[in-house]
Amino acid sequence: MPCRSAGPGPCSPSPSEPRVLLYVVRRLGQSVLLLLAMSMIVFLAVYAIGDPVELLVSPQATQAEIAATRAAFGLDQPLTTQYGLFLANALHGDLGRSFIFHEPALALVVSRMGATLELALSALLIATTLGIALGLIAALHSDGWIGRAIMSGSILGLSLPTFWVGILMLLCFSLWLGWFPAIGRGRTGDVFGIASSLFTLDGLRHIVLPASTLALGNTALTIRLTRSGAVEVLQSEFVKYARARGLAPRRILMVHVLRAVLIPLITIVGIEFGGLIAFSVVTETIFAWPGMGKLIIDSIYVLDRPVIVAYLMVIVFLFVVINLVVDLLYRLLDPRIGAN
Amino acid sequence: MSALLEVRGLSTHFTGRTGTVRAVDDISFSVARGQVLGLVGESGSGKSVTGFSILGLIDPPGRIVAGQVMFQGRNLVTLGESALRGLRGNRLAMIFQDPMLTLNPVLSIGTQMIETVLAHEQVSRAEAYRRARDSLGLVGIPSPEERLAAYPHQFSGGMRQRVAIAIATLHRPDLIIADEPTTALDVTIQAQILAEMQTLSRDFGTALIWITHDLSVVAGLADAIAVMYAGRIVEAGSVADVLDRPRHPYTSGLIGSVPSRNQRGARLRQIPGNTPSLLNLPEGCAFRSRCSYADTACAQNPPLSESASGHSSRCFHPVHEHVG
Repeated sequence: MPCRSAGPGPCSPSPSEPRVLLYVVRRLGQSVLLLLAMSMIVFLAVYAIGDPVELLVSPQATQAEIAATRAAFGLDQPLTTQYGLFLANALHGDLGRSFIFHEPALALVVSRMGATLELALSALLIATTLGIALGLIAALHSDGWIGRAIMSGSILGLSLPTFWVGILMLLCFSLWLGWFPAIGRGRTGDVFGIASSLFTLDGLRHIVLPASTLALGNTALTIRLTRSGAVEVLQSEFVKYARARGLAPRRILMVHVLRAVLIPLITIVGIEFGGLIAFSVVTETIFAWPGMGKLIIDSIYVLDRPVIVAYLMVIVFLFVVINLVVDLLYRLLDPRIGAN
Repeated sequence: MSALLEVRGLSTHFTGRTGTVRAVDDISFSVARGQVLGLVGESGSGKSVTGFSILGLIDPPGRIVAGQVMFQGRNLVTLGESALRGLRGNRLAMIFQDPMLTLNPVLSIGTQMIETVLAHEQVSRAEAYRRARDSLGLVGIPSPEERLAAYPHQFSGGMRQRVAIAIATLHRPDLIIADEPTTALDVTIQAQILAEMQTLSRDFGTALIWITHDLSVVAGLADAIAVMYAGRIVEAGSVADVLDRPRHPYTSGLIGSVPSRNQRGARLRQIPGNTPSLLNLPEGCAFRSRCSYADTACAQNPPLSESASGHSSRCFHPVHEHVG
């Protein structure tokens, strides 16, 4: 309830913590339903793609051998039985074993997740810092040549395909200039038990090119969103009032304008981060980055159903978590939202 | 007594693709220390642009094309941006019509008050906080400590305007420009705010420029009145002179259109027609198309005629008798 007391008398601050907790619990409940629906769609879709048995057995296998393999993987059961079994196992955290690697599918996906996450996070960091900075500059000089140059550049960034930029980067910075290594993840370092190439110099040198490639489209998008938001906010009444109070331009830009711009931006950045994780496939393929993207492509080729399903479930889960974080950040940045 | 603020021949024009808008056209007035000047006019008459011109807050395509704004011996028109910034919110404060739009919705009142203190004085955060709290208390906001943590949407309209006044008075300014600060408020709240402002003005010797379209507000509050029409001041003088013995037909029309108790049941008089477009306004008196006294002489710009008491007007055919 917003406080509507017109006259004197304090408007007691609402107890926000329990409400936020309730909100998180409710959102997580919704997420479980979403995961269930998603698992059904994914399971059906993968079932429709084709019969993996023919890829699992050798070309010379007899009918009896094929039948035996089919039975061994439970593929002879009707679809509903298969799905029921999958669901029952999934509740115990078991998403099946890979047909190819003979390892638990979930563990396989998670083992590759670190590499993808560090790539996506680095790309996100580049995209937001560079995007917001350039976007603000473009907004401040919207009529000048700097502003125009940044906006033209952002169009280029949005329209160039990732695979082409990736290959060009490889050619330019790795082969010709030799500044950065071309492929692979480099050495990883351990911090708090998490292995990541972000913790070693060699790893950092390896991640620069793929992260920049992945960040390009999002940087361009962030520039455009920041600029259009900032141009609007700069003309708003509260910026004029901030100037009338004699605030320094730096304070007006970094506190008043940036905060107002961040609120809509954060939604887009959240969605885009999900996209970065899910669609880093192309970049990972170009730079031979051992992440989830490469794993899923390989798995689709050989119809390794459990891995495909596990991968998609993990992605859905990540999207759910990101959206939740975005919503919480949103409440943190805009006090008016928590009030309702 | 020398004036605190003296505006001389100020002209602010907006140049667009379709022509030039003379939002403020060659206006002059002065405000003494502690004096309250009511700047009266309809929407689009250039009142607000006058206020922004004084503060140097005119953005392109707008530009101050001529004139001086002398404030404490300095010409604000030629003053550099950083020197001007040092005056804004400090010696010269502004209050806007709707604080719901002017206060930043996502920053607490405390943050916005403290930043205003720190913008002009190098004091500790704790000291800035104390000043913000005291200032809120001074304008009659109960439990100021609690309210500092609140956000603009948690205040009612009247309380928000009090916050704006508290912010304006943080540095005990010499002049406050209030741009229709009570227009969006209930009549009862409006009366409270007006009383509040009068007290503040008296106690601190703060001069006020009160921009409004409401003559009744000015009648009770101001010492002097300047009436604006189409970017020009058509009449100026003491409240008694202008309201009781208006000379310009426009002023007399404005006064006639205010409902009063003596004319219960009678039709309100209204000024026929609309305010002219300021775009490429022709020479001559801008009011002549709506004026019943107008003749061929009015195609020229009427000169300023001033009486001994300082009552001035721009009209060839001044009204001598106040009808109504």
